[in-house]
Amino acid sequence: MTKSICVTINGSSYANEVEPRLLLIHYLRDVLGLTGSHIGCETTLCGACTVEVDGKAVKSCTMFAVQADGKHVLTIEGLANHGTLHPVQEAFWNEHGLQCGFCTPGMILASKQLLERNPNPSEGEIRHGIEGNLCRCTGYQHIVNAVKSAAAKMGV
Amino acid sequence: MAPTIITKTEKLVGQRIRRKEDPRLITGTATYVDDIQMQGMHHACIVRSPYAAAKIAGIDTKAASALPGVVAVFTGADTKDVGPVPCGASLPGLRVPYHHILAVDRTYFAGHPVAVVVATDRYIARDGAELVEVDYDPLPAVADPEKALEAGAPAVHPEWADNIAFNFHQEGGDTAKAFAEAEVVVKQRITSQRLIPTAMETRGVVADYNTGDEALTVYSSTQIPHLLRTLLAQMLGLPEHHLRVVAPEVGGGFGSKLNVYAEEALMGFVAMRIGKPVKWIESRRENYLCTIHGRGHVDYYEMAARKDGTILGLRLKLIQDLGAYHQLLTPAIPTLSVLMMPGLYRFKNIQADIVGVFTNCVPTDAYRGAGRPEATHGIERMVDILAAELKMDPVEIRMKNFIQPEEFPFATATGLIYDSGNYDAPLKKALELADYPGLRRRQAEARKQGKLMGVGVSTYGEICAFGPSPATPAGGWECATVKIDPSGKVTVGTGASPHGQGEETTFAQIAADELGVGMDDVVVVHGDTAVVPYGIGTFGSRGTAVGGPALYYALQKLKEKIKKFGAMLLESEDVTFVEGRCVCNRSGKSVSLAEVAGASYRAMKLPPGEDPGMQATYFWEPPNFTFPFGAHIVVTEVDADTGKIAVSRYIAVDDCGKIINPLLVDGQVHGGVAQGLGQALFEQAVYDENGQLLTGELMDYAIPKATMMPWVESHHTETPSPVNPLGVKGVGEAGTIGCTPAVVNSVVDALSVLGVRHIDMPMTPEKIWTLLQGGQA
Repeated sequence: MTKSICVTINGSSYANEVEPRLLLIHYLRDVLGLTGSHIGCETTLCGACTVEVDGKAVKSCTMFAVQADGKHVLTIEGLANHGTLHPVQEAFWNEHGLQCGFCTPGMILASKQLLERNPNPSEGEIRHGIEGNLCRCTGYQHIVNAVKSAAAKMGV
Repeated sequence: MAPTIITKTEKLVGQRIRRKEDPRLITGTATYVDDIQMQGMHHACIVRSPYAAAKIAGIDTKAASALPGVVAVFTGADTKDVGPVPCGASLPGLRVPYHHILAVDRTYFAGHPVAVVVATDRYIARDGAELVEVDYDPLPAVADPEKALEAGAPAVHPEWADNIAFNFHQEGGDTAKAFAEAEVVVKQRITSQRLIPTAMETRGVVADYNTGDEALTVYSSTQIPHLLRTLLAQMLGLPEHHLRVVAPEVGGGFGSKLNVYAEEALMGFVAMRIGKPVKWIESRRENYLCTIHGRGHVDYYEMAARKDGTILGLRLKLIQDLGAYHQLLTPAIPTLSVLMMPGLYRFKNIQADIVGVFTNCVPTDAYRGAGRPEATHGIERMVDILAAELKMDPVEIRMKNFIQPEEFPFATATGLIYDSGNYDAPLKKALELADYPGLRRRQAEARKQGKLMGVGVSTYGEICAFGPSPATPAGGWECATVKIDPSGKVTVGTGASPHGQGEETTFAQIAADELGVGMDDVVVVHGDTAVVPYGIGTFGSRGTAVGGPALYYALQKLKEKIKKFGAMLLESEDVTFVEGRCVCNRSGKSVSLAEVAGASYRAMKLPPGEDPGMQATYFWEPPNFTFPFGAHIVVTEVDADTGKIAVSRYIAVDDCGKIINPLLVDGQVHGGVAQGLGQALFEQAVYDENGQLLTGELMDYAIPKATMMPWVESHHTETPSPVNPLGVKGVGEAGTIGCTPAVVNSVVDALSVLGVRHIDMPMTPEKIWTLLQGGQA
């Protein structure tokens, strides 16, 4: 049994027949080849699969593709604007906010949402805002710096 | 601090430069193993034992095989001629159980692979795995290494009833005399709990067999592509030159991918049998059950000293929980602990006895620090316990026992030669940054108000740059190739296969400086056995410390060739290569690197004795290890009502020798401290008495989140290593090694007013609260 879905992803519209049990992350990665979002746990604990669905950061490993039918999805591949990095991407690069890079796409999208909700967060608010995304490499300190730096740039 | 913008004439080494590898990682265009898609690719799911010990009475694969989309099911009967999973470490009398890639008639730990289902789709593969019926006869299991040593304990391997894999004894100096002369002896049992490395990317393998060429390509999330190639070829019975291993983007390793795993050979086997590419991606639960764990020590320390605080000797009985098998380096890890037992101190009498114990658990092996965090935790706790016994300040007792700068190179009682050191320097800097006297005044005030505040110090040393080849199981050298294209652009190939450390940047800095070109003129390639010459890999803080000098020497070799071609083109004997140009010192005429490289490939004319082309390869054998060191100071406050520990300050002063890129070094320190703090406060792999892993998910195993980390004040001193021309020592593990004793010393200091002398990790609120209620932690 399959179901037809139509999802707008990074501004382009995709129509597919999918199994109802297909996870959104597997739809993005295996069906559409958008492999920038990663799978670190499949249990909503690590945040590596974070994407935006209708403007809200969502862990796409615990959402079915069919639930995204008719919705707008933004993945890391769609964040830069015609080759110009989003300020959060640029800040992660400048501040060395990543090492192995596996958590980074999810971490960047979680940080983007944090700044949209709170354009000038304190260190504590930043840490709280990215608490749902795990990083094993950086100890989070350069990520905190990156979010601060992006906030400063986006506030200008 | 924003990254530096470089002008042409500035040296790049030593600058804070943002990484060359980042654009692909921040835009989602990097390729990790699970991102590889191939035409006709199949998916594998592994059936694993739910029991820690069981006899396999039978396996019924009929229902799984009948499922539409399932193309094959293999069991241990099919794969018994593959392997065994190799152990690279050798110790006298070591008992090595035969490690099949799929269990044949018995399972030895929960998660033991029993069968593999191969299907056209990853969902169908999982469905198929659920349909495999395995008839298990459960057997008694043992998960605790001390219980495994008791008479009558279940035998992990029936052929060895005592569960002992090896006994190892090392002695230096005269420990008996040291203890006979001692005015004070302190003793303590100190554990270093089992930890789960938890790279954010789990393991994964794609295997692709070309039946025409009889050639296998294995893409694996590994730290050691070349060693994996050599060992996999043996396991699969494949000629080595018919096997290519690629480590694509690797999402963290921390030692857990410094290994050769059953699944890597299994996917090679499957690809060769079905003649189609196959992918296996480890789930997080499998990662926790089946990828190596770290630590797993129960240590009994005795320290002998004079009343003035002079340490005379140290005795250690070390019980190492090995798990059910030896993975690549499992039995060697505790021997590294013994090597670093003396820490930064001058005493020359040590005695260590290791007993390596089999348990029905996943094997332990190298995890960030690999033996050195355990040793550092031991010695740094014992120094504090001695200081408390003698009512001395922990700083004073350390300074009194430090090896002094003029004593280097220093021969330790464990047979090492420490290369260089100035141990007072980072400690003094840390004390100054912390305002140590001020902290002690604040502590006295806090105590008057009934508050529990602690100040903890650790001064650590580590052994890096593995290492001289005679001291390593597989060669300790590293290789670099530098190739200059006809257009003058530079490609560096390194055998040190990085996975987050940033060597595409630091190695480009080194090459760009030596060749006088810009960062954008250099690319660094790695991780593909078809692209770079044989190398050893990145682990044990060796990437920059061994791979860096290999690159340096390859560059020197190439510069000689550049000068010869430059001299030919300039028709002069007196030529200097400077800032990317060969310059005639007499006429002042010059030619660019591109002109020199172009001439070398066009080869209209060659300098006497030179061959065409512009490429050099160097295999560098390090003459010694390097020995980084540092001092960490941690201030904690303990909530007397809840037992919760707050780290209010974390000061890390690390000396990793010469720094190539301070931005990346700080990143390594922060990440290292996070893993140390994880061990000190939160993390523990817990098995129940039946060998079931209770911390089998991220829900139950607490790696630090952003809110759980303090701000780390990271500072440095720079004492160059004389071992290599770059003066570098390595920094990947420093934060982890320095951290745990500083945190525990701090909390014990806070609770010392209640008579607390030692606390084992992790120091969870429950444990601290129990202590505060007068119970045993």
